[in-house]
Amino acid sequence: MNQLGLIVKLTLEHIWITLIAVTISTIIGVTIGILITRFKRAATPVIGTAGILYTIPSLALFGMLIPFTGIGIKPTLIALVLYSQLALVRNTFVGITHIDPSIREAGKGMGMSNWQFLKIVELPLALPVIMAGIRTAAVMNIGTATIAAYIGAGGLGWLIFRGIASVYTEQIIAGAIPVTLLAIGVDYLFILLEKFLTPAGLRH
Amino acid sequence: MTNTIIRFDSVSKIFPEGTKAVDDVSFEIFEGECATFVGPSGCGKTTTVKLVNRLVEPTQGTIYLNGEDISSIDVIALRRNIGYVIQDVGLFPHMTVAQNISLVPKLKGWSPGEQQRRTDELLTLVGLEPEGFRNRYPHQLSGGQKQRVGVARGLAADPPVILMDEPFGALDPITRAQLQDEFLRLRSRLKKTILFVTHDMDEAIKLGDRIAVMRSGRIVQFDPPIKILREPADPFVENLIGKESGLKLMKLSKISDIMEIVMNKISDKSAFKEAKRLMEGEGSDILLVVDDWEVFQGVIRFDQIIRKEEGRISELIDRDVPVVKDNGEVREALEMMLKKKAVWLPVVDDERRLKGIITMTHFACFFAEGGQV
Repeated sequence: MNQLGLIVKLTLEHIWITLIAVTISTIIGVTIGILITRFKRAATPVIGTAGILYTIPSLALFGMLIPFTGIGIKPTLIALVLYSQLALVRNTFVGITHIDPSIREAGKGMGMSNWQFLKIVELPLALPVIMAGIRTAAVMNIGTATIAAYIGAGGLGWLIFRGIASVYTEQIIAGAIPVTLLAIGVDYLFILLEKFLTPAGLRH
Repeated sequence: MTNTIIRFDSVSKIFPEGTKAVDDVSFEIFEGECATFVGPSGCGKTTTVKLVNRLVEPTQGTIYLNGEDISSIDVIALRRNIGYVIQDVGLFPHMTVAQNISLVPKLKGWSPGEQQRRTDELLTLVGLEPEGFRNRYPHQLSGGQKQRVGVARGLAADPPVILMDEPFGALDPITRAQLQDEFLRLRSRLKKTILFVTHDMDEAIKLGDRIAVMRSGRIVQFDPPIKILREPADPFVENLIGKESGLKLMKLSKISDIMEIVMNKISDKSAFKEAKRLMEGEGSDILLVVDDWEVFQGVIRFDQIIRKEEGRISELIDRDVPVVKDNGEVREALEMMLKKKAVWLPVVDDERRLKGIITMTHFACFFAEGGQV
């Protein structure tokens, strides 16, 4: 069936959108997360803003972006990145600030610069928590990207909306099941990745 | 003439909330000494020590390290040349013991070979067998082991100055005593200048060359342990010392300090005639018998040899005599005398060579002079 070919194409499209979105989100989110550990007064307002963004319903956000960006990939990626900020910024912040104070004191006292301490101690120790944030963002983005099909982003959502519009159940399922499997699969992949990337000393 | 390594010049620290943690403090620390800072919670001892590696910056005054104003030195370079050992250790859990220890050397650009060599050297020094501990992770160590690694880490780049902030505070009493003893052993091998913070006066007395007693941000007294015990500056210091300061003083003296260098000894090869002659000459009932290498053999008494004419003393030597070591504490001699019901004891060195004797009279003098050596 060339339905299969279509499903594969749309799945790849879906993965591609999610991948770009998660990558951009991570770079921006982790950076902001690190910055607010250095400028703690900004932490609450920044995380608060990310939280507000998170609560905006996806179609509403798309609706607000479309006048500026048109439809298709652009508003989709912008929205996905904005939604992901809460998980990434907050997890990065919490992961870093919850490091045992005695570790911080020892590191500072032994003569590590800010940057060295971040690279050698803070990020490796915060990595498990940050990875959990990326996992959350990835799975959420798969879901939101499904909705973005409505505004022309492509991906498996297209089949679902098409199927709903033409009351064609098999088409709905042809979109719904792969996207569900994708979400579960990505979640599982990240769990494995987290385990793999957790520093040996923390595995107990 | 010892150099001044650290000098505080009218240093004060007032925290933003208004607490005056350090109040116009001035003192000098000399090269190679271990200065312990004692006092109750909040007295400023930790803050004072943290001023040295600039984890805390002074509000007023200047601190000099080897004559240089530390505020003019790059703070990172300063800290890399000062060892820092804290109560909770702060080992990096994601790194092995070896990686933890070699971190500062690594940051300083030592080669991997030098790092490994130094790490193994330090592990041995702190009593952890390198093969077994090098690749362990902190969560696989006991509290005492963690702190040993912490000390090794502090010593890694061979800094001339080490700051220790209640390093043994989180350990159980037995481990603490063990580490204190090892600290003393280490100290005799390494010539480091150490600032040691503790809230335990007994620990300060045991480990310090000089003790700085602090209260409310000021140094109330800064003297060697003997002077603190014998001449406390005020009731506050007295209170910190606690009861039985006299007995604590006793801990500071060694048996060799108060024993008498023995004169009436005799070789184990001697004849009875000689023994009798010596006893008459010395007016003594008893002689201490040694071999050709001065190793203590036992005693010979007048009533044993009174009827003997011919023969050697060796068959009659009473070898069942308790001894004490010359490097032991005065307290131990008293303990032995009480236990063995002896009024005197021979004093020997580690090779059991006779060094002197200690008697009740010596104790009497010791106490009469207020425990002064």
